[in-house]
Amino acid sequence: MTSIDFSHKAVEMIDVVKKFGDFVANDRISLTVHRGEVHALLGENGAGKTTLMNCLYGLYHPTEGTIRINGEPVRISDPNVAIRHGIGMVHQHFKLVEPFTVAENIVLGREPVRFMGILDMAEARRRVGELSSRYGLSVDPQARIEDLSVGSQQRVEILKALYRGAEILILDEPTAVLTPAEIKELIGIIRNLTKEGKSIIIITHKLHEIKQVADYCTIIRRGVFIDRVAVDAVSEHDLAAKMVGREVSFSVPKTEAEPGRVALSVRDLAVKDNRGIFAVDGLSLDLHYGEILGIAGVDGNGQSQLVEALMGLRPAAAGRIMLGERDITSASPREIIGDHMSAIHEDRQKRGLVLEFDVAENLILETYRRPPFSRCGVLSHQEIYRFGEHCIDTFDIRPQQATLTAKSLSGGNQQKVIIAREVSNNPDVLIASQPTRGLDVGAIEYVHQALVEQRDSGKAVLLISFELDEILTVADRIAVIFEGRIIGLLDASEADENRVGLLMAGGGP
Amino acid sequence: MNGPASSLREKFLHGSLAITLMSILFGFLLGGVILLVAGFNPLEAYWVIVEGVFSRPKYISYVIIYSTPLIITGLSVAFALRTGLFNIGAEGQYIMGALTAAAAGYYLKLPILLHVTAAVGLAVLVAGLWGGLAGWFKARFGVNEVISTIMLNWTALYISNWAITIPSFGRQGTGKTYEIQPSAQIDILGEWKRTPEGIAFLREHPMLWDILKSPVNLGFICALILAFAVWYTLNRTTLGYELRAVGYNPHAAEAGGIDVKRSIVVSMLISGALAGAAGAFQVLGVSHRIATLAIMEGYGFDGIAVSLIGNNSGPGCVFAGLLFGGLKYGGSKIQDVMGAPTEVINIMIGIIIFFVAMPKLIRLILNFRERRRRT
Repeated sequence: MTSIDFSHKAVEMIDVVKKFGDFVANDRISLTVHRGEVHALLGENGAGKTTLMNCLYGLYHPTEGTIRINGEPVRISDPNVAIRHGIGMVHQHFKLVEPFTVAENIVLGREPVRFMGILDMAEARRRVGELSSRYGLSVDPQARIEDLSVGSQQRVEILKALYRGAEILILDEPTAVLTPAEIKELIGIIRNLTKEGKSIIIITHKLHEIKQVADYCTIIRRGVFIDRVAVDAVSEHDLAAKMVGREVSFSVPKTEAEPGRVALSVRDLAVKDNRGIFAVDGLSLDLHYGEILGIAGVDGNGQSQLVEALMGLRPAAAGRIMLGERDITSASPREIIGDHMSAIHEDRQKRGLVLEFDVAENLILETYRRPPFSRCGVLSHQEIYRFGEHCIDTFDIRPQQATLTAKSLSGGNQQKVIIAREVSNNPDVLIASQPTRGLDVGAIEYVHQALVEQRDSGKAVLLISFELDEILTVADRIAVIFEGRIIGLLDASEADENRVGLLMAGGGP
Repeated sequence: MNGPASSLREKFLHGSLAITLMSILFGFLLGGVILLVAGFNPLEAYWVIVEGVFSRPKYISYVIIYSTPLIITGLSVAFALRTGLFNIGAEGQYIMGALTAAAAGYYLKLPILLHVTAAVGLAVLVAGLWGGLAGWFKARFGVNEVISTIMLNWTALYISNWAITIPSFGRQGTGKTYEIQPSAQIDILGEWKRTPEGIAFLREHPMLWDILKSPVNLGFICALILAFAVWYTLNRTTLGYELRAVGYNPHAAEAGGIDVKRSIVVSMLISGALAGAAGAFQVLGVSHRIATLAIMEGYGFDGIAVSLIGNNSGPGCVFAGLLFGGLKYGGSKIQDVMGAPTEVINIMIGIIIFFVAMPKLIRLILNFRERRRRT
């Protein structure tokens, strides 16, 4: 089934080093990809995968090391040079002109012209049609990008690279935004491409996709080369262990919950969204000490508005929120945090972090007014950075530098900063909204353990997630939210994917 | 990891400071080209400026006097910018501060130290409220501060012009107010240098005499203190932390428990108060009165430029203000000496800001140089 030509090395990166100031993002990494091979580049968030590929695509310049394309040493000074060497890259965030058609986007920069520079769109459409049928990438050349699904947009990006003569295709996290059906299609496309002799490099941290599609896999961890393996010869567990540097469990070890009295009680809550429509509409729930209550539901059923109302960020139109004995329905965020309820918000870059602040400054976002971080309105930098170092050690935030801006951290480490802050606050009630969105397995395991630890120390945890798997593995009780209301409440022991899935779609029990 | 020395070096070579210095260099280069095109020798013109700034103690003290209000309005704009607000209203706040200081200096009857304190305090208060008003509009009604401060600038201008028409305050027919009382003036040795003993003493000490020929006053020292205060407030206090957090990301600040609306008002209040202080020091130290304004004087608008060149930092504003003041004062001499247009100076300042606002271009040039050195 494989179409690898082992006599032909399409890409060789040898001992590539990339430094940003004092920070070493890539430390002597080597990578070899043969013609017709699908090569996975595996590593946790922030391991240096994208940095390495940006060196190959000419977006960064390696500090040291050699790059050879088809055996020839090359100096790739910018993406144009990379394209000339037959390297194409499909970024995680697509770079398409939305109001343009597919054909216009694909030929952009290399438009076929008739005499006197008049654009020959018929020729463009013809060439695009030819490419797409050759590689089995079905897409209508005349459709506008903004009307296409994410999967189709990705196909356009791949076609764009092929149109420019790409022989080596880099796909950065290609499945992150795709539905399961689209992922299957993509895998078919990748197979077709390798049959035509193309080489593919996939940047990913999703293990089962590597098993499905890749021939070889290079694993890097914290910027260092770990191993190069034939994918057939290893298990998903092996890959995960190599990536994270220790054994990873996919399930969350936890004991039976011992729920105590009610920590948070919501009665008939109604909350409007920005358009003035009731997003939360008569919602009631009880959260007990010592349990994790999971709220399952499809995105857009009032979860965001519920969290905002609970944390005082959005007014409640009706109903009551009781935190222990205290009515916090119309309390301010500061009062609510002071009453020992904290939240990990779903959008960490919007609600969670001040990206321009450094790690230590972000860690005191809720406590800067209290000693030891400040006295009489004057900040104590010594205490702030000491606390920053402490959190970096305790919560394993990388890189280990409290003075780095939050912006420069990977998604997983940004999330660790937020968790460090909220858990250090020692809240009675912790709300975790989509806490593992966009994280890799190692980080997900870490977040889940943090939530369970919180529960085991007798605190109440409210977990809101669109991932049913996550709810089923972590929660003790499951409430299903549908159109702003809890329409089902079941014990985790009696819940399974089908029952909860049916409720999530609005089907009654 | 880095020592302060190496981080300063880093700043010089790669950071914001390098960009600013390169921008200034470009400003001079392109200004020179313009002079050349206009038929003047740029080297001669720049020499005239340098001589006009440094050759006599009096000139230096004039530069400092020119710079003082620019530094403080620069601080005003910088403070707002650091907290995510664009205070175009420094001009109007400056006018309100100057008006209040002139009125307090003229009407109040207080002993010397108390009089100055009261005049500055009142000016800062009124200008602070003037700025805070724009903040309140934004927080309460969502009015963009750029729009409201522009309108408040004109409102301030007309209030000031109207006040001068009040018979007990304005000297009829001159378009100016009565001079403030000596007890409110902050000139250094202002009284003494006009007494016979003073004149006799100064004849013996020509250097001192030269300096005291200019209206030297305490404003510059106050500007330095304010620059430090701005830096300290932003970087070392909980208030500065709050304001910066709101400036960078109001959503996260709100989730962290910071009152975003209050922060906007407080930030504009402080920004306004600073601009008002600039107006007050100018009246108490230099002009001693205010005059009818046909158009805005531009101290507040120049503050925007000073803030941008000074990278929106307290110390940066001091240097940018001095540069600006030096160029304005020294630049005025190329007209007298060579007949060259002083507008060149304004063009140069414009070019400097243009490059400061385009850090990417400068980075490109800096990186290019470095790459060439490496290969």
